[in-house]
Amino acid sequence: MLAPTITVNGSAGTLSGVDPSTTALDWLRSRGLTGAKEGCAEGECGACSIMVARPGDDGGTRWTAINACLVPAASLDGGEVVTAEGLGSPQSLHPVQHEMAVRGGSQCGYCTPGFICSMAAEYYRPDRMPVASADEHDHELDHEHGPNGFDLHSLSGNLCRCTGYRPIRDAAYALGEPDADDPFAGRCLAAPPALTSTRQEGPTGVYVRPTSLAAALDLYAAHPQAVLVAGSTDWGVEVNIRGARAPFAIGIDRLPELRTLDVGEDVIEIGAALTLSEIERRLDGRVPLLAKLFPQFASRLIRNGATIGGNLGTGSPIGDTPPALLALEAVIVLASTDGERDVPLADYFTGYRQTVKQPGELIRAIRVPLPLSGTTAFHKIAKRRFDDISSVAVGFALDVADGIVSRARIGLGGVAATPIRALATEAALEGQPWTADVARAAAAVLRQEGTPMDDHRASAAYRTATLGTALLKLHAETATPQEVGA
Amino acid sequence: MSALSDRPANPVVGQTIPHESAGLHVTGQALYTDDLTVRTHGVLHAHPVQAPHAHARITRMDTEPALAVEGVVRVLTKADVPGVNDAGVKHDEPLFPDEVMFYGHAVAWVLGETLEAARLGALAVEVDYDPLPALVNVKEAIAAERFQGATPRMERGDIDAGFAAAAHVFSGEFEFAGQEHFYLETHCSLAMVDESGQIFVQSSTQHPSETQDIVAHVMGIPSHEVTVQCLRMGGGFGGKEMQPHGFAAIAAIGATLTGRPVRLRLNRTQDLTMSGKRHGFHAQWRVGFNASGRLQALDATLTADGGWSLDLSEPVLARALCHIDNAYWVPNVRVNGRIAQTNKTSQTAFRGFGGPQGMLVMEDILGRCAPLLGLDAMELRRRNFYREGQSTPYGQPVKDADRMGTCWDQVTKTGEVERRRNQIATFNASHPTSRRALAMTPVKFGISFNLTAFNQAGALVHVYKDGSVLITHGGTEMGQGLHTKMLQVAATALGVPLSTVRLAPTRTDKVPNTSATAASSGADLNGGAVKNACEQIVDRLRGVASSILGVHPSDVRFSDGTVTSVGGGQVIPWGDLVNKAYFQRIQLWAAGFYRTEGLHWDSSVMHGSPFKYFSYGVAAAEVEVDGFTGAYRLRRVDIVHDVGDSLSPLLDIGQVEGAFVQGAGWLTLEDLRWDESDRPSRGRLATQAASTYKLPSFSEMPEVFNVALLERAHEEGAVYGSKAVGEPPLMLAFSVREALRQAAAAFGPAGISVDLASPATPEAVYWAVAEARRASEHGHVTEGGTGVVPDQSTADLRPAHPRSEQATNAATAGV
Ligand SMILES: Cc1cc2nc3c(=O)[nH]c(=O)nc-3n(C[C@@H](O)[C@@H](O)[C@H](O)COP(=O)(O)OP(=O)(O)OC[C@H]3O[C@@H](n4cnc5c(N)ncnc54)[C@H](O)[C@@H]3O)c2cc1C
Ligand code: FES
Ligand code: FES
Repeated sequence: MLAPTITVNGSAGTLSGVDPSTTALDWLRSRGLTGAKEGCAEGECGACSIMVARPGDDGGTRWTAINACLVPAASLDGGEVVTAEGLGSPQSLHPVQHEMAVRGGSQCGYCTPGFICSMAAEYYRPDRMPVASADEHDHELDHEHGPNGFDLHSLSGNLCRCTGYRPIRDAAYALGEPDADDPFAGRCLAAPPALTSTRQEGPTGVYVRPTSLAAALDLYAAHPQAVLVAGSTDWGVEVNIRGARAPFAIGIDRLPELRTLDVGEDVIEIGAALTLSEIERRLDGRVPLLAKLFPQFASRLIRNGATIGGNLGTGSPIGDTPPALLALEAVIVLASTDGERDVPLADYFTGYRQTVKQPGELIRAIRVPLPLSGTTAFHKIAKRRFDDISSVAVGFALDVADGIVSRARIGLGGVAATPIRALATEAALEGQPWTADVARAAAAVLRQEGTPMDDHRASAAYRTATLGTALLKLHAETATPQEVGA
Repeated sequence: MSALSDRPANPVVGQTIPHESAGLHVTGQALYTDDLTVRTHGVLHAHPVQAPHAHARITRMDTEPALAVEGVVRVLTKADVPGVNDAGVKHDEPLFPDEVMFYGHAVAWVLGETLEAARLGALAVEVDYDPLPALVNVKEAIAAERFQGATPRMERGDIDAGFAAAAHVFSGEFEFAGQEHFYLETHCSLAMVDESGQIFVQSSTQHPSETQDIVAHVMGIPSHEVTVQCLRMGGGFGGKEMQPHGFAAIAAIGATLTGRPVRLRLNRTQDLTMSGKRHGFHAQWRVGFNASGRLQALDATLTADGGWSLDLSEPVLARALCHIDNAYWVPNVRVNGRIAQTNKTSQTAFRGFGGPQGMLVMEDILGRCAPLLGLDAMELRRRNFYREGQSTPYGQPVKDADRMGTCWDQVTKTGEVERRRNQIATFNASHPTSRRALAMTPVKFGISFNLTAFNQAGALVHVYKDGSVLITHGGTEMGQGLHTKMLQVAATALGVPLSTVRLAPTRTDKVPNTSATAASSGADLNGGAVKNACEQIVDRLRGVASSILGVHPSDVRFSDGTVTSVGGGQVIPWGDLVNKAYFQRIQLWAAGFYRTEGLHWDSSVMHGSPFKYFSYGVAAAEVEVDGFTGAYRLRRVDIVHDVGDSLSPLLDIGQVEGAFVQGAGWLTLEDLRWDESDRPSRGRLATQAASTYKLPSFSEMPEVFNVALLERAHEEGAVYGSKAVGEPPLMLAFSVREALRQAAAAFGPAGISVDLASPATPEAVYWAVAEARRASEHGHVTEGGTGVVPDQSTADLRPAHPRSEQATNAATAGV
């Protein structure tokens, strides 16, 4: 097999002699492309943001910004990467670079190349539409979208310690449309880079990326201790921060069988290797509870990499999709060389970072049964509104008919060693009228669910308190929505 | 107007231009220290061995196993230090410790062919520790009476008489957190040795001269054998004022011993766990007001959490004392200061340098007491403003005190404060589950150097035969735009277009003996020096031009690249004149020098006029708090800030905005947590990564953010009439904290006083809301009676050592 090759800013670079644990960021920097910076090495700051060519929705290509510090360089094999250096030069600035430069969008400049890449990806987003003047009133109420359709959430994974962000926002909102002969816009019209199989060996181990599920399952069966690498937003942190190295890693991020999304009569099936951004886009609000969750999950940069299978694969008690998926009574489809089996998510977690998943088994898809409940909400308690890990997360799915709660499903994260269902609270609600008194009584039950702990994110007392208020808030919002601010 | 502050016609200063490196920043071509690594041949990488105890004696260290790791080249230990084993200037900061003083203290450094080899080598080094008891917060240190350094006291008037005459006396305590700098670029040094053994260190340092000094003393060589260069920093904020020196010294030792370049770059967690932060403080206070709410007396004891060594704690503390008054006249004052020694990182300079901590105590007092006085907090603040002719507690007249009122009134007007307060009242009355509030707070911040010796700066200006100009000065660029301003100053002083002037990186062999750079005085000082050098050259060229133009030298005008006589007529292009001057053997380069005069300060009694001037500003912040969770949004901020006559408005507004958001981060979001349990991890920083230590992101940016620079604000005696801007606007963020307090209080009965923790995280606000709803008592402020009595030092007061005054000066200059 040929050494993996990545096209960077238009020229091919080979990965020969590069260890599979080497991140894309370190590899780019070792080639003298030092525009992308390391600010944290854990996906939090976006100083390492680069653009990669990913499949678009209509056979074309979509420039997608990701954290170069998290992904193994080998996982970009066969791909196309653009860095700040590749977008423009001081003599010939890209429109994004121009707006950032003239508006004071950089002070120390260290975060800037990353902002440029995140901003450029949003600049090229095919469905970015200027806000029609009729919508101007709405626009005033929405501080997170520019008149040019720029979604500020696209920059939620980029931190700047110097500017206070206002000039960066103004630069983003001042952007126009790409010129007709813009080469990056032109690239979007052509097919994305083809899927290649990859094998990269180095001193710490080997990274293999097969091109079919069957091949992946065979490999996994042969190497049950292998690390599965999907978006690498968790694995990358393990590598960088905790020094983890994988003797054998299997890249599953591009397996076609894991990248489908089907909306059927009684079930929606979501491929495990779809990124959260892709699911958000493809579902397009079809599952309101998930639509509420996505913007609160990490940042756009992370969601561009993070897969839903990975969020469940880690078994983390503070992952955000489990509370929502528990409320949706989702089912996990596990695949191995022995075939497939379905496991209700409620039965999937067995202990702290432990699941029923057997060696050699991977998550192929997640199924959400239909119809969906009518009253849903996702409450995430965190210090920071954009891009923070939950102290407590609550997913609600209630059916309220004629003022009576006929069905209640509530998923909780951050209050126990695993994500859990709030079964007692569900029981306290079902069959009861959806009134303030019932909500208050059920909130008292909800406060007792789980065994919250004290840590640097929140005290146990606050976790307990906000569990209860989550239900009160849901009631307040569904009862008198116009009276609730924030 | 003084010559220094006078602007010529068509000045380049005052123009709205982008940062001089903006084009490089946005294209990824701007180089930072670590970007040089790949451009340097044969580099070794350094990795620390960090101790897993907050306090322990090292009983054994075996580095052999590390050397067995493939790619490990050398392990650096105390035995490798040729000179003085100290990373600081106070001889209390061993570069290689025998006694571990904080969790994560580096006890050895491993050099490897790759960073991975060095990392694995560090894991292999065997160290045995004998753990010792550790103090990990300021209260524990107070209880154990473990203090370090000076115990300054600032006094004015008669404190007892002040309280006796007061209509209301309140007392309370307040402990608040520090802050991590979180410059996006972590500490980094790249050291190499040249043919003659001279050491060249490229370092991300705000204080190249001191980095040079420390490298020299650690290496046991004279300063002329060490050159330090700083291309630019990816942020400094004070965190690279004292802290880089030890890292540079390690790299220098490694380079000397191996003969190869050594790169020492901290990863984020190493930076968070090893480098100093903003000091958290504990305060005890008693305050007296008269019947109309005017401050009569303030008795306070401030205890700074200094961490394990002194570093800059003494001058930070002194500045805290000197800013506890903020914008308010208090006739009778007694403030004691002391520095707790704790087993944590050695806390250091951070934008504002103790000033924010002093002012926070006062703003917290006013915010808590206003309801108890039955006064609107806004009215209470406004009523207590200094007036012209009044002096600070340390005896300095408050020059231009009326500017505070001017800023206040302008914010009130342009921020439509009255109208919005009515809207807020309506909103609150109709929304059971959320509350809004608007708060206004002022800033008065002293700019200068206490010690005369530090009021100096140098610059080197070269005019080449073709007319192009190259300048260098002693200040460093960390994003604050100092270099841009210096280019503007040079272009203005020479009368040439900006494009004629280029700037070379800061190096100790170009301009020696520099003070640390802080945005706050970087432009004042270095601008004076650049201007001085340019004027020397212009004066010489004036003679050449006068004979060509046939006019008196004083009638020659230099403007926009042309040289003319006052009356017009013949025009000589700048380049032609320069060329002619060269052939006349006129010196076309000059070393510029600047020193400020007229300041005096006696640290033993905390008295004098240490500041050249005060910077003023006012902010109004509106927040909305969700009663279910305590989560909040910053809806709108209006600021008017005084930067004198701005040298560079785009940059100055950027400084104001950036400082404000950084201040809001400190006060609301950024949450340093150390393990205070009795587990073996005691003293470990729990928030040691970007995932757990959260900085403001886009979601913390005010939704509406209006910043205006105060007009007609010419500052006499400062370069081109400008004022410092780096630090003061950080403290405008008190408005956010006070707005959160008021919004929380609005959940309770009218007029309730609530305590608010700092940082005011959503959780902290939630508890403040809960307190307001309970409404059983007014927070923890005691009215009358014994209440809280601030501790008074029993031992003799220890004045700050003169060395730390120098440091004050350095730091004031440079955050
Ligand atoms: C900055 C940052 C912010 C974050 N914020 C949030 C947040 O707000 N909420 C939240 O919930 N999470 C958050 N996360 C974590 C989140 O990004 C991950 O949990 C993500 O969903 C993992 O997906 P991945 O594809 O990147 O997984 P990878 O990192 O590739 O893999 C993670 C683990 O899952 C396993 N795995 C992956 N795919 C499968 C599969 N198909 N079948 C079986 N096992 C599999 C792997 O073996 C591996 O152990 C954050 C992470 C970062 C870095
Ligand atoms: S370096 Fe911070 S996100 Fe990658
Ligand atoms: S400009 Fe310095 S971090 Fe953004």
